[in-house]
Amino acid sequence: MDGMDGVDGVGRMAKRERSGDCIEVEGLEKVFRVRRRTGPLRRERREVRAVDGISFTVPRGQIAGFIGPNGAGKSTTIKMLTGILTPSGGRLRVAGIEPSRDRTKLARRIGVVFGQRTTLWWDLPLRDSYALVRRIYRIPEARYRANLERCVELLDLGALLEVPVRQLSLGQRMRGDIAAALLHDPEVLYLDEPTIGLDVISKAQVREFLRVLNEERSTTVVLTTHDLTDIEQLCERVVVIDHGRLMYDGSLAGLHEVGESERTLVVDLERELPPIEGVPGARTVRTEGPRQWLAFAASASAAPIVSRIAADYPLVDLSLREPDIEAVIARMYAGR
Amino acid sequence: MRHLPLYFAVLGSSFRRYSTYRLATAAGVFTNTVFGFIVAYTYIALWSQRPELGGYDQAQALTFVWLGQALLAATALMGGGAQEELEARIRTGDVAVDLYRPVDLQAWWLAADLGRAAFQLLGRGIVPMLVGAFAFQLALPTAPLTWAVFAVSVLLAVVVGYALRYLLALTTFWLMDAAGLSTVGVLLSIFFSGMLLPLTVFPGTFGEVVRQLPWAAMLQVPADVLLEERAGAGSLARALGFQAGWALVLLAAGRALQSVATRKVVVQGG
Repeated sequence: MDGMDGVDGVGRMAKRERSGDCIEVEGLEKVFRVRRRTGPLRRERREVRAVDGISFTVPRGQIAGFIGPNGAGKSTTIKMLTGILTPSGGRLRVAGIEPSRDRTKLARRIGVVFGQRTTLWWDLPLRDSYALVRRIYRIPEARYRANLERCVELLDLGALLEVPVRQLSLGQRMRGDIAAALLHDPEVLYLDEPTIGLDVISKAQVREFLRVLNEERSTTVVLTTHDLTDIEQLCERVVVIDHGRLMYDGSLAGLHEVGESERTLVVDLERELPPIEGVPGARTVRTEGPRQWLAFAASASAAPIVSRIAADYPLVDLSLREPDIEAVIARMYAGR
Repeated sequence: MRHLPLYFAVLGSSFRRYSTYRLATAAGVFTNTVFGFIVAYTYIALWSQRPELGGYDQAQALTFVWLGQALLAATALMGGGAQEELEARIRTGDVAVDLYRPVDLQAWWLAADLGRAAFQLLGRGIVPMLVGAFAFQLALPTAPLTWAVFAVSVLLAVVVGYALRYLLALTTFWLMDAAGLSTVGVLLSIFFSGMLLPLTVFPGTFGEVVRQLPWAAMLQVPADVLLEERAGAGSLARALGFQAGWALVLLAAGRALQSVATRKVVVQGG
């Protein structure tokens, strides 16, 4: 069960201590200098602050989700966290290592998965790609076998091991890629849009795997996504970035509060009636025949509203819609 | 040195990758053989007019032709191999994946290119050479030592070719599309390696110069070793030394350019 550690070699992955900060970021900045043509021979140099003073920490074993519109600075932040980009300012530590100074040293302790790129070898069967990964990270044989076995089981890769990567579907390739990033027991796993382009079943499979991984190995997971279901189902922690700045950092529930998000109560009445009035804390936002939509604060309880309507109106049926996080975030981007 | 098993694994997997394209290999063998015949008859015409041209008799000249066809794919005189793959990875940004790994980019691709060359030497070299040997009278050596030195010389030819193509591939970091430069690279290597005509044919200063350029290490030198034009320990050592020297110089240049290129990526972003 839980609590095993080190090389046990029986299909259970190493468990790490769940304490302390794995990622520490303080006042992180990245300024790009871009040159723009302003005339036949004239070039104008302009500074673009892709990341503009971001600070946060991610404790060991947490799943943190980074969201933000395209070009917000998410990928630039991730690139600095992996060491392939050097920050222009600020302080940065991952697993106690300064990424850009010790990129190769850090590389042994992190796993990286790109939704839009593959780390596998196109012409080789999945199994051969894994064998190469084993060599790259010098993974001990027993550890490698145990990890591969567990990944194959959880990601349902058994039938795919002998198939060349170019013949895999996107969902299969993604699962293959995730396994490749985990064979060397990384402490931190970065996922850049891991569910992009996947169908519903593959998405669910990937999410379930990440949840199990985090539970079993206490792997710290940092993921960027545009799919808010990823966040809702995986992340205890949400970081919203826009224009290189941190817009929000906290729990998903807190995001609803900050974004003043609302839940919606859909009620079906016996017949068409004028919009429902006089329910404290709720307002009717839409009517369509006998059906009406009432909005109320996401933090408020639905019970008093429901009982009030049931008492005053001929209620037939009702349903409750959870707040749409997408709308919350859209409001946040717009309200900046 | 701790990484040696990794690079052997890369070499092996590259060999396997190329071996999966059987139809392409067969097509390549066919092309090399057809070209071998065309060039062979051209050389016969030339050498019957000018016997002993470039110090070769006709059998040696024909051996040069078929050796050129046999080594064409392995030494990647027409470009391709690691160069093509790396260029594509730089253009698409996939090179970021390579930089995330705790490996050396140049050594990785050298291993991959050696794996490719090993397959293409066997898969695309042996058949044209055998066909040439059956169809024409070739001047192949009988001394085992000659073959052994020849094997080393071919290995060095592949390394020099790789080192040149690695330099070209890295320019993609700046040019984004290195296709034009690659074409120039192919033209230069076809002519200056001796593929078009043995470099020994060219007289005067021009001949002296082209025989000292790195491309000479890719075909002219291994051919001279096989044809026993380089006889005696000293001459053979000088031949291999010439190749090894260029390999080192070009690999060092590749390392320098690589560090500038990665710094550019690391500082400016992908």
